[in-house]
Amino acid sequence: MNERIEKLREQSLTAVNSLSAERGVLVTEFFKQPGISQLPPTMQRAKCFEYILVNKSICINDGELIVGERGPWPKATPTYPEICIHTMDDLDILNSREKVSFAVDEETRNAFRDEIIPFWEGKSNRERIMKILPGDWKDAYAAGVFTEFQEQRAPGHTVLGDKIYRQGMLDIIADIRSGIDRLKTSNEAGTPMESPGIEELEAMEVTARAMILFAERHADTLETLAVDAGPVRRKELLEMAAICRKVPAQKPDTFHEALQYYWFVHLGVIIELNPWDSFNPGRLDQHLFPFYQRELDNGTLDKEKAREILQSFWIKFNNHPSPPKVGVTAQESSTYTDFSLINVGGLTEDGDDAVNELSYLILEVIKEMRILQPSSMVQISKKNPDDFVMKALDIIKTGFGQPSCFNTDAIIQQLTRQGKSIKDARRGGASGCVETGAFGTECYILTGYFNFSKVLEITLNNGLDLRTGKQIGPETGDPAKFKDFDQVMDAFRRQIDHFISIKVKGSNIIEEVFAEKLPVPFLSILIDDCITNAKDYNSGGARYNTNYIQGVGTASVTDSLAALKYHVFDHGNKTMPEMMEALSSDFKGYEAFRYELLNNTPKYGNDDDYADELLKQVFEYYFSSVEGRKSPRGATYRINLLPTTSHIYFGSVIGAMPDGRKSGEPLSEGISPVQGADRYGPTAILNSAAKIDHLKTGGTLLNQKFTPSFLETEEGMDKVTRLIRSYFKMNGHHIQFNVVTAETLLEAQKEPEKHSDLIVRVAGYSDYFNDLGKDLQDEIIRRTEHEAF
Amino acid sequence: MKVCIFDIKRFAIHDGPGIRTTVFFKGCPLECWWCHNPESISAGPELFTEDVIFDGVLLEKQVEVGRWEDVDILMNELERDRVFMDESNGGISFSGGEPLHQPDALFRMLKLSRERNIHTTVDTSGYTTPERMEKVCELSDLIYYDLKSMNSEKHKTYTGVPNRKILENLERTAESGTEVVVRIPVVSGFNDLDQDLVPMRDFLRGLNGLKAVDILPYHPFGTHKYKRFNKENKQNGFKTPSEKRIAEIKQLFSDSGFRTRVGG
Repeated sequence: MNERIEKLREQSLTAVNSLSAERGVLVTEFFKQPGISQLPPTMQRAKCFEYILVNKSICINDGELIVGERGPWPKATPTYPEICIHTMDDLDILNSREKVSFAVDEETRNAFRDEIIPFWEGKSNRERIMKILPGDWKDAYAAGVFTEFQEQRAPGHTVLGDKIYRQGMLDIIADIRSGIDRLKTSNEAGTPMESPGIEELEAMEVTARAMILFAERHADTLETLAVDAGPVRRKELLEMAAICRKVPAQKPDTFHEALQYYWFVHLGVIIELNPWDSFNPGRLDQHLFPFYQRELDNGTLDKEKAREILQSFWIKFNNHPSPPKVGVTAQESSTYTDFSLINVGGLTEDGDDAVNELSYLILEVIKEMRILQPSSMVQISKKNPDDFVMKALDIIKTGFGQPSCFNTDAIIQQLTRQGKSIKDARRGGASGCVETGAFGTECYILTGYFNFSKVLEITLNNGLDLRTGKQIGPETGDPAKFKDFDQVMDAFRRQIDHFISIKVKGSNIIEEVFAEKLPVPFLSILIDDCITNAKDYNSGGARYNTNYIQGVGTASVTDSLAALKYHVFDHGNKTMPEMMEALSSDFKGYEAFRYELLNNTPKYGNDDDYADELLKQVFEYYFSSVEGRKSPRGATYRINLLPTTSHIYFGSVIGAMPDGRKSGEPLSEGISPVQGADRYGPTAILNSAAKIDHLKTGGTLLNQKFTPSFLETEEGMDKVTRLIRSYFKMNGHHIQFNVVTAETLLEAQKEPEKHSDLIVRVAGYSDYFNDLGKDLQDEIIRRTEHEAF
Repeated sequence: MKVCIFDIKRFAIHDGPGIRTTVFFKGCPLECWWCHNPESISAGPELFTEDVIFDGVLLEKQVEVGRWEDVDILMNELERDRVFMDESNGGISFSGGEPLHQPDALFRMLKLSRERNIHTTVDTSGYTTPERMEKVCELSDLIYYDLKSMNSEKHKTYTGVPNRKILENLERTAESGTEVVVRIPVVSGFNDLDQDLVPMRDFLRGLNGLKAVDILPYHPFGTHKYKRFNKENKQNGFKTPSEKRIAEIKQLFSDSGFRTRVGG
């Protein structure tokens, strides 16, 4: 890494997270203007977007090659009062809390108190949806049966395809104009298409033009800065200004232009709304390769220059933390990393090995930069060379948790099973943590996590939630009277159905609110076929529409069911009332029994069919309950299995469970075994995990911890490569490695100041160990270490 | 047919090529002082009682070491990692204890493995009859052959048996054409001096077909187990050889043309 990049990296690492009132104030000013409410909602949003881009401050950091910040300076993070309002109390907590704080200065506080809060109180989307969500939804939500992503965020969670590398905003505007003409003609011809189509397209055009203006403003500033700059930087600044005058208005022709164009678009998406910012360029090595190759051929670029521009691009992501939530105590997600997941490798749209020279260069950039964002992953198809996997392991073994490994061949089958064309499937990948998507053509929305173990607890109490004391599920029978284990499973299945119905009903209500009140015309011009369909992204304009519900605690619920079956029904060691008594006393006085539950009971993760068959059953219940339900915008509900950090929150709302877990303890994460339950090493875990039908999901998450010693030799690396290949042969979706020693982590807990650069895989993403809560830190330490035997 | 085993290790990556599953037979005719697995020495399952403090409560737990398994069922169990074996050119490793101490079970499992195209390794002390040794050579793909000392009296003191049979069987094994790796546990205080190792090197040099030697430095790993299994721990005089000494020993064998690894 050269001096410039080292400096930029240092600046980014030391920049302090702060809360910025800029966006909130601009949005408030905009909506205070007379006449705004008479505009159609989509035009309101477009004009608001334009207002922000025209008025927000322009930030150019010293020495950088890619420009543009969402806030007034790096890590200055905006809020979205039209979605949810940060109260003065929230600001205090954000400012003072120990983990991932956001500095709030006096000026910001004043702006919130005097302008933002008074205007938006009663008008935010969060208040709007909370008013109309039904009582049963609220009860289940309060009990911790599920969460709701769109409560504090806008729908999003999509990834860009290759559109911007082929079209400038002016080309896109031409498409929009011809769409408008077509609609007008058909209206005149007496086959009226409803006017919202035209309104939507006109709003899209406003945002495309605003994006050009935004880039021009950067060009202006760059030219001004050039006046006083030294000769070397002056030349750079003028070149960058020229780039900003060209893109995004026109399509890019150079490597540098392509990346700058993307970055403007990225800012547009995360300024327009806060779509849980997994938005990212996706298949970066594929998109950039033609530019790279062309410029290498004609001598306008060399590998080192390309590396420097990529590294400068990388830093931009790291300058943008995810906007903090309101009601901050919620542990649902205790980390604030953005979830931009760069995909490297995989297959071309024709199905060929897509690994190219740039894939390797990007891997080198990931290794050198060693920063949290963007996150990265390698797509591994059976057609990709082992050498590529080994290069990825070479980074993984340095212990910073990136890149994670994904099975391209499984992803493509998942997408085609869902009805995507083979080409669109091959253009796809994974985003966020592990979520499968067709990049550039799909609106796939994560709607919330679903707490399997909570539903089992409710089942064992005949529909009653012990914590809130409310009867929130149907009466599926008193388990003490169950004659056989099938009755437990039947009751459990009915409760799952009940709560999935409530969850879907709520998500559908929220979806309609977003479609009506909060369209996203800018995001819509980026995702096909919103323009062709003259329909907003939030209203079903995308070619493919999917809503996911993420199941959490797969292993925990499996182990609890296995324990019930084993001890109560198959072996008669305990009666059901005795089991319930052990649970309600949190195993006090039942220590010997708990010992048996932990040590001598079939558990998931050991390639033991007794437990794993139950996992398959739970999976099938969940799958058949969710799959195929429809949303108002025409999306199909589907499942995936990932927790982010919700397994900790979900555990906190559940009492003791039959798997031996004590009250309040975290659940298992992703499809990984319960912490410490696996006794036979990685192959047994992978065999267990492969019994899930990954092809029926939109992503599963499997964490494996290795100590570095394991990957020290070429031979060790080769064996881990074979391990990955084997899992992927069995259609496993994803595996990621935490390569650290427990000792290191314990040290870091004691002396955090000495380990500030320690990054660990949390669950589908990496975070600084120091930024994690103690409970999450403890859990990562507990995860089984697979030392070589 | 039954076999008594005391453990199965999956994802074993130091017991032969690729990703392997290793099955440990219980029972061994030798009783080496440095043995890491003292529980493997006596034949047949053994029951122990252990005190466990769990959740602040003292629990008395019965621990059974060793179990009888039906050979055919066990084979299916060992085959569970087949995908990994195929992908990595791995296989099944038979270790112990001494797998040749239960020859019929071993032969049957080697035969089944061959029928199913699974690569096998056998880890043996070589303390067996010539007929059995020849049969193992015929049925397995790779043999790890332990060699401890050329001095028969010393051998008898530290392992309980003289070394004549072992050396003769090693000659047979090397000539059989089956791939063989000689593994030398190097224990400071027993066999790490030139006077121990040079005769060994000379003997190995005289064997046709032997290409590889593994040097296994002694580590006091298994000592805590002795107390648990009520066995006398005689390792007090033993030490881990220095890294320098291990390098010298490696040199000694590699200079004679052997592919020599440390550990492995």
